[in-house]
Amino acid sequence: MRIVAEHLSYTYNPKSPFAAAALKDVSLTIEEGEFFGIIGHTGSGKSTFVQHLNGLIRLPSSLKRYKKPKAKKGQPLPPQPVLTVGTFDLADKKTDFRALRKSVGMVFQYPEYQLFAETVRDDVAFGFKNFADGKPTKEETDAAVRAALAAVGLDYDTYAEQSPFDLSGGQKRRVAIAGVIVTRPEVLVLDEPAAGLDPLGKREVMELLHKLHREWCKTVIVVSHDMDEIAENCTRAAVFSEGTVAAALPPRELFRRADELTALGLDVPLTAKLCAGLMRRGIALDCDFTTEDFIRKVLERAPRRADREPGALPPEGGEA
Amino acid sequence: MTAQSGAAFGRFGLRGGSNMKAIEFCGVSFRYDEESPFAIHKLDFSVEEGEFVAVLGHNGSGKSTLARLSNGLLEADEGEIRVFGTQIARKNLYDVRKNVGVVFQNPDNQTVATIVEDDVAFGAENLGLAREEIGERIRFALQAVGMQQYRTAAVARLSGGQKQRVAIAGVLALKPRAVILDEATAMLDPRGRREIVEVVSRLNREEKITVIMITHFMEEALLADRAVVMNRGEIVMQGAPADIFERQEELITYNLAMPRIGYICNRLRAGGLPVANTLDSETLAEEIARCVS
Repeated sequence: MRIVAEHLSYTYNPKSPFAAAALKDVSLTIEEGEFFGIIGHTGSGKSTFVQHLNGLIRLPSSLKRYKKPKAKKGQPLPPQPVLTVGTFDLADKKTDFRALRKSVGMVFQYPEYQLFAETVRDDVAFGFKNFADGKPTKEETDAAVRAALAAVGLDYDTYAEQSPFDLSGGQKRRVAIAGVIVTRPEVLVLDEPAAGLDPLGKREVMELLHKLHREWCKTVIVVSHDMDEIAENCTRAAVFSEGTVAAALPPRELFRRADELTALGLDVPLTAKLCAGLMRRGIALDCDFTTEDFIRKVLERAPRRADREPGALPPEGGEA
Repeated sequence: MTAQSGAAFGRFGLRGGSNMKAIEFCGVSFRYDEESPFAIHKLDFSVEEGEFVAVLGHNGSGKSTLARLSNGLLEADEGEIRVFGTQIARKNLYDVRKNVGVVFQNPDNQTVATIVEDDVAFGAENLGLAREEIGERIRFALQAVGMQQYRTAAVARLSGGQKQRVAIAGVLALKPRAVILDEATAMLDPRGRREIVEVVSRLNREEKITVIMITHFMEEALLADRAVVMNRGEIVMQGAPADIFERQEELITYNLAMPRIGYICNRLRAGGLPVANTLDSETLAEEIARCVS
């Protein structure tokens, strides 16, 4: 499902002393099949944007009490916000938001804090039953839970009867993710999926997301503070800053603009820092900012032992 | 501001004598229940007064248990734990906790009041101090963490990093001699993390407060005087952070990744580029430039 947002604005506590504009006229398109990254500071509008995607925050025009604004004399109407997710028009009152939420799975920060049931099976089954059309049979539910647990790498027979609270942190998070993907959403949105895990746990979660992206959900959207994570994994990333999208580019292009990101107070991946450092020393390295590509491109520049002599030019960089 | 907060410390008589162990574990074992394996097993470990120690380890390696044992939140099954020379026992728990403050992971779970100054005052009020004294301590603690302008702000409206700084201030108001941060930066964004790391290094440097920092972020560990790696309740590696990070193979066996920069250094060397080991990106860029041209 393609996601198209145009002229999206949102203000918390409007018309009050605490009014805070979280989104200001944001336009962003996310293509089906992307592994999309969203980066930005706390308070940059990332979460507000993401919460629009499954209707947790509704466009005013999709609410019952909404009345069309009338144009004032001599002033054209401001552009109306547009938000579509696949065939769902989120600006429309008649949209089936329940069906939308089934198609757009949302994994919040520290999802393991939201586990609640007595067994892993009940916890994962909750979303499935909630979103099923009619009442699913026990067999249908069990099959769905089994598949979702398998997808996150947990064996049904081992874990189904256990209490989710007895599992390790990484396992809890897997159960929580299973509870979201059990409805087979086409779009999976995750807020800081690797936060708070140890380095190994982080790597496992990122591998899991790639697996889900290949086998389960067409589009994966990840909100992250970890620039290395973005550089290694994403097809494209949007940078949110003070309620606007400062850029939406593939990491290869985005992190070439390291100075701009630094000016926004954001980090850049280590590889981008190294490339910038090399650039200052007259070495332009054309890499896509993944660690592997960086290492490969540097080694391509390494003078071969045979022709290492003073004044020898490094071989031409870049790959065919 | 620095001079002032130093003076404030002097007035509280916080600068302790040197050559004393801040925290000392002798053959300590602990497990959460009879059936489970030891979370801490026959551990000998000590931290000098004024030292900045980083504790690393994968989830479940015993890091947090270590923190909780250090200020008496948990009671050791075996062995002795001494805090500034005093052995922890039930009857002196309050004194121990005055000396060793702990800051936990979740900024939202550690505040008890709605207004910053009330929150910072909570611990100090519990000590039954005089009103003026509490006011003075709030002023000092907020200044130490750079939050003095938020004294009357609502805690709920602060950012994660600011809330953690308030939590640290609450601990400082007890005038502890050691602060333990149990993954206190894990839930923060990079800016919040930087804030906390800066505050903590400054407290260590200028106020000579002993700091034990439990973290998953290898870059944070680089700031410490000494890094300790835990695995299955035991200390398996310790030394200067830079030395620890050179021992990549070993780190991997303990389910820890080395910092990405160390990995890149190793891979470049393996590929035939003789770069020196470094943990600083600018130095590595310099090294690469030297090697390829």
